[in-house]
Amino acid sequence: MELTFWTYEGPPHVGAIRVVTSMEGVHMVLHSPQGDTYADLLFTMIERQGKRPPVTYTTFQARDLGGDTAGLVIRTLREACDRFKPRVMVVGDSCTAELLQDQPGSLASGAELSVPIVPLELSAYSRKENWGASETFYHLVRGLLAARAPAPGWERPARGDERRPRVNLLGPSALGFRCRDDVVEITRLLASVGVDVHVTAPAGATPEDLLRIPEADANVCLYPEIARTACSWLQRTFKQPTIETVPIGVGATCDFLREIGEVTGVDVSAAVVEAQSRLPWYSRSVDSTYLTGKRVFVFGDASHAVAAARIARDELGFDVVGLGTYARESAREVRAAAKVYGVDPLITDNYLEVEARISELQPELVLGTQMERHIAKRLGIGCAVISTPAHVQDYPARYSPQMGFEGANVIFDSWVHPLMMGLEEHLLTMFREDFEFNDVATPSHLASLGGHSQRPAEGELAVAAPEDGVAWESDAEHELKKIPFFVRGKARRNTEKFALERGMQNISVETLYEAKAHYGR
Amino acid sequence: MSGHPSQAAVALPVPGCTEPRVTQERGQRAVFCGLTSIIWLHRKIQDAFFLVVGSRTCAHLIQSAAGVMIFAEPRFATAVLQDRDLAGIADCNDELDRVVAQVIERRPEIKTIFLVSSCPSEVIKLDLANAAQRLGGHYAGRVRFAEYSGSGIETTFTQGEDSCLKGLVADLPKAPADRRSLLIVGTLPDIVEDQFSRLFGELGVGPVHFLPARSSTDLVAVGPDTSFLLAQPYLGETARALLKRGARAISAPFPLGAEGTREWLRAAANAWDVAPERFEQVIAAPLARAERAVARQREALRGKRISFLPDSQLEIPLARFLQRECGMQLLEVGTPYLDQQMSAAELPLLPGGVRITEGQDLDRQLDRVRADRPDLTVCGLGIANPLEAEGLRTKWSIELMFTPIQGFDQAGDLAELFTRPLNRQNRLGF
Repeated sequence: MELTFWTYEGPPHVGAIRVVTSMEGVHMVLHSPQGDTYADLLFTMIERQGKRPPVTYTTFQARDLGGDTAGLVIRTLREACDRFKPRVMVVGDSCTAELLQDQPGSLASGAELSVPIVPLELSAYSRKENWGASETFYHLVRGLLAARAPAPGWERPARGDERRPRVNLLGPSALGFRCRDDVVEITRLLASVGVDVHVTAPAGATPEDLLRIPEADANVCLYPEIARTACSWLQRTFKQPTIETVPIGVGATCDFLREIGEVTGVDVSAAVVEAQSRLPWYSRSVDSTYLTGKRVFVFGDASHAVAAARIARDELGFDVVGLGTYARESAREVRAAAKVYGVDPLITDNYLEVEARISELQPELVLGTQMERHIAKRLGIGCAVISTPAHVQDYPARYSPQMGFEGANVIFDSWVHPLMMGLEEHLLTMFREDFEFNDVATPSHLASLGGHSQRPAEGELAVAAPEDGVAWESDAEHELKKIPFFVRGKARRNTEKFALERGMQNISVETLYEAKAHYGR
Repeated sequence: MSGHPSQAAVALPVPGCTEPRVTQERGQRAVFCGLTSIIWLHRKIQDAFFLVVGSRTCAHLIQSAAGVMIFAEPRFATAVLQDRDLAGIADCNDELDRVVAQVIERRPEIKTIFLVSSCPSEVIKLDLANAAQRLGGHYAGRVRFAEYSGSGIETTFTQGEDSCLKGLVADLPKAPADRRSLLIVGTLPDIVEDQFSRLFGELGVGPVHFLPARSSTDLVAVGPDTSFLLAQPYLGETARALLKRGARAISAPFPLGAEGTREWLRAAANAWDVAPERFEQVIAAPLARAERAVARQREALRGKRISFLPDSQLEIPLARFLQRECGMQLLEVGTPYLDQQMSAAELPLLPGGVRITEGQDLDRQLDRVRADRPDLTVCGLGIANPLEAEGLRTKWSIELMFTPIQGFDQAGDLAELFTRPLNRQNRLGF
C-alpha cells in the first residue's frame, strides 16, 4: 500500500478513455463499478468537452457479484454496439473489475459482435494514466494495422518526386497539455518547409485514419508519453522513421526542423535561420536583464520538464535549480537532463516530496503542473503551468500552443509574467522603507494570492533557526531586514552557512557583509 | 413527555389523489460512489481523518469530484493497493498498520481515523472492521478508529455519509433514562446548524445534539428518550440503527424551502408539545423572510419545466420545494434510491402522477430528457456540459451538497441556485 494524498496521474483506464475520447468512430466498454463514471467530468468539466466520452460503463453493484457479471459485460457490449454503432470497440476493465477476472476482452472477442474488438489489459495495480493511454493507442494502431504488416525484410521504397513529403503527428490526445493548438502550430510549421501532415492521431482520428498511418514517410512522436510505444512498433513493422525531437522552445523547434530535413530530405535551412519567434529578441531586450539567473524549479511529465529546463537555461538565462518528473517510466531521460544542469533529479509521484524540495531550494519561479501551482501558491512563489495534470484554466479560449515558434512566444509571456516585473522590483528596493510600499505589500502580480498573508513567514521557508547555535546579533538582524524580502531568505541562509563553516558563534553586521562578498554573484 | 408518539407533519394541503408513479430502472448508472461524501464529511468533522483503502482510481475520484484541490494538506488520503498487496507478497494488515502510522506521524492532532473501504478492498474481502479494532487497541487513548463502506458497489454518493453515520451510531454511549433530547441527524453546514439551534432554543425544544458532531470525540448518548429528526433524506440505514438503539423517529418533510423548514421544525415542536401559538410566534419572522426571498425567485421559475437525473437522494424534497413553492412543473424526478420510509412525509406532497424513476439506465434517461426538453435539468457534473451543448440548461447537482441550502434563511439561496442558469441564459446574447 502507498499513502497517497493527491495524485499526479489517474489510473490506467483513464488514459484509455483519453485515447478513445480523442478519436471518432471508436467506443469503449469499461467493466467497472458506478463510481468510475466520474471520469466523464474530467473531459466535460476540465476540458469543457460538449460530448460525453464515448464510454459505456457496466456499473456492476454488489448484488451483481454473486451472479453473472460476465453476462452483464456481454449485454452492455451488445447494447453499446446497437446504440453507438462504433467502427471499433475497445474493451477493458478498471481496478475493481480486474479483480473479478471476467476478462471482458476475451468475452467481447467471443461474443460475435459485428465490430472489430480491441481488448486491453490495463494493470490497474501497477500502472498509471499515461501508460494506459500509451498502451491503448498502441493496441488500437497495432490491432488495426497488424494484418497489413509487410513481410519481414521488406524495405520502404524511397519517396518519388510525384508528391511532397508527409508525416504523421502522433500522440496529441484529450486532456493533454495544449494539444489542440500544438497540432495547428506544428502543421503550419511543417507546411512552411513543404511537408504535409498525413494523419494526426489519436486526436480527431477515425479508425480509417489509423489505417493510413503507414502511407506517411515518418512519424512525429509529438507526445512521447502517449505515442512512443506505437511509434517504435511502426518503425519496426513499417520501417517508418520516428522524429524524436519534441519542438518546445526555439532551440528545440530548430532541432526538430533539422531532424525533419534529415528524414524527409527537404531543405529547412531558411526556416531555421529565420526562426520566426519573438522570444530571442525579447530575451535579449534590456528590460529582460532582470531575468538573469532567476532560480527556477522544473517539474512535470518528462518531455515537458526536459524541454522547459532547456528553455529556462538557454533561452531565458535562468538558473535551473531543480528538475524532476512524476513519470517513473521516463526517469532515465530526466536523470540525463538533470546531469546536464548539475542538479539532483527528483523522480517521485509523491507531491509532499516535491513540496519539500521546493521549500528547500527556494526558487524564484516554479515551472510545474497544477500540483506545483498549489505548492508555489502556498509558498508565495510565482508559478507557470507547463505540463499535465492540468486544470480548467490550462485549456484557454485563445490560441496558445507550447510547441513551435508561436509556442515559444506563448512560453515567454506566460513564464515571465509571474516573475516580478523588472521595474516593479527596482521600485520595491527603492521604496522599501515607504510605509505604503513595504515588505509586506504584495507585488501586484501576486495580489490574486490574497495579499501578504499568503507569504509564509521567513522562518517557514526552510531557513529555520540554525541548529548549531549560530546566533544573530540584533544589529545584524536589523541590517538583514533592510535587504529586500525576495532575497532575504537566501541572504539569511547564506550568512548562516558562511558562519557555520567558519565555526563562528555569532553573526554580526560584519559577518553579513563578509558572507555577501563571499557568495556575491 | 417521552411517551409522545412520533408523528408525521400535519396541517398540510391534501395532496393529489393519484400516487406518484415510481418506475424502477436498471442499467448504466452515472453517479458517484459513497467515497465522494468524504469531501463534506471531513470539513464537518474537523478532528477526523478519512483513510480510504482502495486504488489509484479512488484517490483520483475524490480529488476530481472535489473540483479543485483543497488548498491545504487534506484530512483524507488513500492507501493505494498495489500488485504486491494483491499477490499476497505483502500482508495487507501490516501494510495498513504502516500507512496508519505514517498518517498519525504527519497529523498527530487527529483524534479519529475512519478506515473507509472501497470497491477493490471489498472485492478482496479486506476486513477493515477487524483492522479498526486492532488499531483502536494499539492507539488506545490517542486515536479512535472507525470503519465504514464508501464503495461504489455498496453505496451511491450520499449513501457514503449514511454508511459513516450508521457506523458511528453503534459507538454512541447509552443515554440514561428520562433524559429527553433531540438528535438532528445528517451533515449540515455550521451556519445552518447554528440557526436551527437558536430556533430550537426559542421553541424550548432540547437539549439538541447533532450527528455528526463537529468534534469526533463528542459522542452524544442515545437511548429510548432520544428523539431524532433527519436533516437529510439519504440516511435510512442510520435511522434504522438509531431505532435499534431505542431512539424514536420524528417523521417530517426535509428542511428545504420555507414550507419544508416550517414543517420540519413543527414536527419537533409537536413532539415537545410546544403550544401552536408559541410555534407560530417563534418562526414568524424567519418564515416571512424565507417566503419573501423565495417569492423573488419564483417569478423566474414559475411554469418552467424541470427534470432530475439521479444523484444525491435530495431529488424528492427538492422537487417538492420547486413545485409547491416556486411553481415549477416536474417532468421526471430521478433518484438513485427511493426509501419509501424516509420519504413518507415527502411523497404525499408531490403532485399526483409525477414520474419518479428509481435507479438509472443512463442512455434511455438521456433520450427522455432530449424528448422532454426541460427548461432545466438537474444532473451530475459529467453530464451537465454535454446537455448544455445540446441547448439544454442545467444545474449541477453537486453544488447542492456544498452550498448551505437548508433552513429559512437559505430558502432564497436554494431557489436562486435554480434561477441562476435561467438568468444566465437570458443575459447571454447567443
